[in-house]
Amino acid sequence: MPIKKSRKIDIYAMTWRLPIIIWQLLFFVGPVIFMIAMSFFLVKNYRMMEAFEFINWSKMFSKNYFWDSYFYTITIASISTILAMVLAFPASFALAFKASEQMRRWAIFLLIIPFFTSYLVRTFSWFVILSEKGVVNALLGYIGLGPFTMLNTNFGTLVGYLTLTLPLVVILQTVTMANIDRTLIEAARNLGCKPLSTIWKVIIPLSKTGLIVAAIFCFILSFGDFVAPFYLGGSQEPTLPILILDTTKSGQQWPRAAVVAIVMMITLFSVAFIGIALAYRKKASK
Amino acid sequence: MVKNTNDKMFIMPNRRNLLKIGGAAVLTTPFVSRAWAATTEINMLAWYGHGEPDMVAEFEAANNVKFVSKYYAGGDNMMALIAQSPPGTYDIILSDGEFVQQLNAAGYIEELNAADYPFDDMLHEDFTKFPGHWADGKLYSMMLRGGHLGVSYNKNAISAKEAESYSCFWKPEVKGKVGHFDWHLPSLGMISLYNGNNSKLWDLSDASWSDVQEKTLSLRPQVGGFFDYGGTFNSLKNGEMLAMCGIGDWITGVLEKDGAPVGSAIPKEGGIQFTESYCIGKGSEKAGMVTKFIQYMLSPVGQVKSAQMAAYPGFCVTKGGRAALIEADPAEAKRSHQMAGMSNEPIALINEGRIHYRDIPKQQSLEDWNDFWSEYKNS
Repeated sequence: MPIKKSRKIDIYAMTWRLPIIIWQLLFFVGPVIFMIAMSFFLVKNYRMMEAFEFINWSKMFSKNYFWDSYFYTITIASISTILAMVLAFPASFALAFKASEQMRRWAIFLLIIPFFTSYLVRTFSWFVILSEKGVVNALLGYIGLGPFTMLNTNFGTLVGYLTLTLPLVVILQTVTMANIDRTLIEAARNLGCKPLSTIWKVIIPLSKTGLIVAAIFCFILSFGDFVAPFYLGGSQEPTLPILILDTTKSGQQWPRAAVVAIVMMITLFSVAFIGIALAYRKKASK
Repeated sequence: MVKNTNDKMFIMPNRRNLLKIGGAAVLTTPFVSRAWAATTEINMLAWYGHGEPDMVAEFEAANNVKFVSKYYAGGDNMMALIAQSPPGTYDIILSDGEFVQQLNAAGYIEELNAADYPFDDMLHEDFTKFPGHWADGKLYSMMLRGGHLGVSYNKNAISAKEAESYSCFWKPEVKGKVGHFDWHLPSLGMISLYNGNNSKLWDLSDASWSDVQEKTLSLRPQVGGFFDYGGTFNSLKNGEMLAMCGIGDWITGVLEKDGAPVGSAIPKEGGIQFTESYCIGKGSEKAGMVTKFIQYMLSPVGQVKSAQMAAYPGFCVTKGGRAALIEADPAEAKRSHQMAGMSNEPIALINEGRIHYRDIPKQQSLEDWNDFWSEYKNS
C-alpha cells in the first residue's frame, strides 16, 4: 500500500520566498493587470474613463501605421541582435580562450564601466562622432571619402542599440565560453578537429544556452528601446516605443498605448519562450 | 562643585551628549522649516523655461514666493496633466492660446478681472479680444507673448529669396535634410497654408483635408527626421537638417544669437502665430499673488524678460514692453524685428493678413490629424 505523503507548508522556505513573490505581485503582475484593464478604458476630455470597450484594440489593429511600426521594430531589433552576436563573438572567444585570467577580469570590468553612465548621455555623445561634421566624417575626409549621413538613419539606430547591448552580450558570451570544459576542446583537437570545426562543433554547441540567453537579452533591450531610434534614428520610421509616445502625446490615448505595450509584451514573451526552449532543448537520444 | 558638562561636550563626545544634541536638532527642526515655510509656493504649469530664474527670480525675491514649475510639451499634454490632478494643484497655467477655450470648457481655470490688466497698452487690437480668451463677456486668460512660425532654414543652403515660400522644403538640394518639429499642428498648418487655404487653414473641408494630406506625403522623401525640442536645436545647429518645418524664431532665434547661420522667415503663403497666455488655475488659493505675477509679466520689465527668455524668445504684446525692450536690448529688438518699419515686424505682418493664429482643426478631430501624422511618419 503506497504511503501517502502529507504535504506540509515549509514555513522557513516560504519566509524566504515570500518577499520576491510579493514584490512580483505588486510591481509586475499588478501593473500588467492594470495595463490590460486600461486597454479597454476610454478617454474623454483628456481623462480616462473606466469602461469595457474593444474600440482601442480595433482602432490600433486597423491602422497600417501600427503594423508598419510593429514589423519595422521586429526587423531592426533582429538585425541588432544578429550584429551584436556576430560582433561580440570574436572578442568573447579571445577573452575566454586566449586571455589570461587576470586580463579577462579586467576586460569584464571595463565592459561593465559603460553601465556606470547614463545610456542617454552615451547616446548623445554619438552626435559628436556621427554627425556630418563629426569625428568619423572628418577622418574619412582625410582619405577623400564622405561625408556620409549617419545620424537620423537606420544605421544611427543600430549604433545606438549596439551601444546599449554589445557590452552585455560580450560579457554573457565570455562568461559562458570561459566555463566550457577545456578537456572537451582538447579532445576534439586531439581527434583531428580543425580550429574552425572545433568552434562550430564543440564550442558553440557547448555554449548554446549562454549564447541564446545573450541573444534574447539583446533582442529584448533593442525591441523596447526608445532612445536610439528617437535620437539617433531621427524617429524616421517610428518603432513601437515611439508609437507609444506619439499615442500618449496627442489626445492622451493611454488606453491605445496600453494596446501597443501589450502587443510588445506578448511578442517579447514569445521570443523569450522560444529562445529558452531552444536553449534547454536536449538532443534526442539515438 | 558642580561639574560643567557643557565645557566638555565638544571635547569629549559621548553617547549621552550625542543623544542630547541629536534630540535638540530633531526638536528644533520644525521651527527651522516653519521659518522657511513663510515663503509662498506657487505651482506653475508651463512650457519649458517660464519658471526658470531668468523669468521669475526677481519676482520671487520681491514677493517672498517660490515658483514650483511643472513643464509640459504641447497643449494635449497640458490638458492631460491638469485633468489628472486634483483641483487647485496648479496656481498658474501658461497655455497655448488655442487651448484656453478647452481649459475653460473643462472648468480648469478661474475668471479673471479685466480691470487688473493693461488692455489699453496692447500692441494690437486682436490681443485685447483674443479668440477663446473671452467667453460670454468674461475674461479667462491674459496673453503674455507670441511668436511666428514659418520657414526655418540654414542660410548656407537656402537663400532668403527661396525662404519666401514653403516650396523651398521641396528643393532637391535639401533632400533628406528637412526636419519636422514632431507635432502635427504647426507642420500640417503650414502645408495647409502652402495649399492656399489662407485664413481657412484650420477649417478644412474633406476635399481640402485630403489635399493637405497628399501634399504632406509628397514632402516625405525630403524629410530627414522628426525631432523634439532638443533634437530640433541640435539638428539645426550641427547642420544635419538644413530646413525645418513647424518652427520659427523661437528655435532659430536662440541658435542665431549663438552664431549659427540659421534664420526664420514668414513666407508669402503666410505664417502661423503661437500665442502664450496666462490663466489662474481653478481652486487656487493664491489667486491674488498670481494676478500680481501676471501684472508683473505684462509690465515693461516683465515683457523684456519674456522677450529675452533664455529657453526661447517671444515678442512683446504691450507697447510699454516693446519700448522697454528697444531701450534695454536694441540688438534683440532688431534681431526679432520688433522695431517699427522693419520688414517682418510682427504687428505689421498681422495687419497685412500674413499671420494666422494657431488653432485646432475645425472640421476634423485632433485625433484625425494625429492619426495622419503617425501614418506620415511611417510612410
